[in-house]
Amino acid sequence: MGIQSADGPGFFTSKLERAIGWARKYSIFVYPFVTACCGMEYMSVASGHYDIDRFGAGLPRFSPRQSDVLFVVGTISHKIAPILRRVYDQMCEPKWVVAFGVCTCTGGFYDNYATVQGIDTILPVDVYIPGCPPRPEAVLDGLMKLQNKIENQKQFT
Amino acid sequence: MSSVAIGRETKNMLLNVGPSHPAMHGVIRLITELEGEKVIKVEAEIGYLHRAFEKSAENSSWTQVIPYTDRLNYVSPLINNFGYCGAVEKLLGIETTERCKYIRVVMAEVSRLTDHLTCIAASAMELGAMTAFLYLMKAREYLYEIVEEVTGARLTISYGRIGGVKGDLPDGVAERLEGALRKTEKEILEVDKLLTRNRIFVDRTRDVGVLTEGDAISYGITGPMLRSTGVNYDVRKIFPYEVYDRMEFEVPRGERGDNYDRYLVRMEEMRQSIRIIRQAMRDMPGGPINVDSEGKVMTSFDLVDQAKLGHTAGLVDIISTVEPTLEGMERPYHSRVMPDNKRVVLPSKGDTYGNIEGLMNHFKLIMDYHGIRPPIGDTYHAVEGANGELGFYIVSDGKDRPYRVRVRPPCFFAMAGLHKMLEGYMVADIVSTFGSINMIAGELDR
Repeated sequence: MGIQSADGPGFFTSKLERAIGWARKYSIFVYPFVTACCGMEYMSVASGHYDIDRFGAGLPRFSPRQSDVLFVVGTISHKIAPILRRVYDQMCEPKWVVAFGVCTCTGGFYDNYATVQGIDTILPVDVYIPGCPPRPEAVLDGLMKLQNKIENQKQFT
Repeated sequence: MSSVAIGRETKNMLLNVGPSHPAMHGVIRLITELEGEKVIKVEAEIGYLHRAFEKSAENSSWTQVIPYTDRLNYVSPLINNFGYCGAVEKLLGIETTERCKYIRVVMAEVSRLTDHLTCIAASAMELGAMTAFLYLMKAREYLYEIVEEVTGARLTISYGRIGGVKGDLPDGVAERLEGALRKTEKEILEVDKLLTRNRIFVDRTRDVGVLTEGDAISYGITGPMLRSTGVNYDVRKIFPYEVYDRMEFEVPRGERGDNYDRYLVRMEEMRQSIRIIRQAMRDMPGGPINVDSEGKVMTSFDLVDQAKLGHTAGLVDIISTVEPTLEGMERPYHSRVMPDNKRVVLPSKGDTYGNIEGLMNHFKLIMDYHGIRPPIGDTYHAVEGANGELGFYIVSDGKDRPYRVRVRPPCFFAMAGLHKMLEGYMVADIVSTFGSINMIAGELDR
């Protein structure tokens, strides 16, 4: 970036980074890649009782081009893995990935020929939310961790 | 496949709907052939959520299959649990206790409620009725609270056990269940007012996705979809299991077999489920509770400590309390929901921690290559799942693991007949029809 001086980031850029980080943190557009059981808990999180909207992530976008965060919700089998990868590739930078549920984290108790043993074998994952399925509180906790990550990361690359 | 119109050649378009599509709740791919906006051919490709349930079942003990059944139809896991347990019980030839049957009926109907709520909510949302979605999700949350209180988990509950249920109902759950039902009824009424006579909703669903009676029967479709065509088939009525034959309820039926009828059938079934739950809670027998003469209560840890010190006199009679997550598993409650059969039923936690016979019994059932051993043979047991007849065909070769567990998932047959409901309608009707079918990928692909 042209606004950086020769001796590291200056006052202006660091303030700008913080402002952008703050703004990005509260304008998450989620792409819910819902395949299985965890989708029921995703629905609970998204509706009134747990209200994901409080975190600025209330509006799911079903087009990868319009979304920033890929929520991989539910078991990923080998048959759907290429589609997941394609959706991820279609998303614009900056993008983040949340592994929702233990099947996406490690394969869970589906230790068999059909299931991908953790989506981190096919995509980079930012936040892992374990649980089968995770409780809505755990999901919100994971979302807050993601917000922290978004806020504190380097905004200009 | 081309036609000539005003000197211009037109071609049919192939369009993939899914597997990642906003209106495809669940992963399935529909390969559609379109003529303009009209759907002329549909092929459904399934298998995107194949998780090897049947193979996994062959590699786990009879009890270990139960958690896998939760994840078949994850919208109504309790019915799956009880269906599988019922099949194994039939093979073993054991009878569950009276109270357990009532508990199963109550919890299965709660599950059916959550399933229909989710189905109507999702299909209404896909037609643009976001408010209905939020109201019904609110109602589902009330029921999940009850499910959590009884089973310890919201969704994947593993509450059924071969021979009974995990634990007795907690104290005072009847009032809270009644409260939740009242609130759910209110939400259902609210959504009824919002949708049933809503012009937009009726236009999108009436006479769309019509399934004829003959097609439904020839494809083996059951459940609300079959009943919406006017056929009176409900496993709970035709082949009563548990205590459904003592319950008074009606089987709602439609006339035209279109999306709107399916919606109405589901709405009415929810009211009937509430009716069944009320009756079952009213008639539920108490069963004996063994009250200790001293009324002494010890924690399980104290009990084990005392036993290690050799102070075993009178320990058998002491009511031991166990951790909160094991509520309803103490000895007095245990005998109410589990039959007295040491070859199948785990001893109560009080016995496991309290005396050596209980501990040995526990280990004999838990250890590999011991466990529950049904006799050689096979059986089929069907229950009325939320989407239709959910059957389990199990084969035993006399070992501690199932030789084969085959599921008859209600969705599979609906997907076979899907093209009958989509062909000849508009592209936009795919969303409406598909929502009303309530396809659950977990049980479809297993």
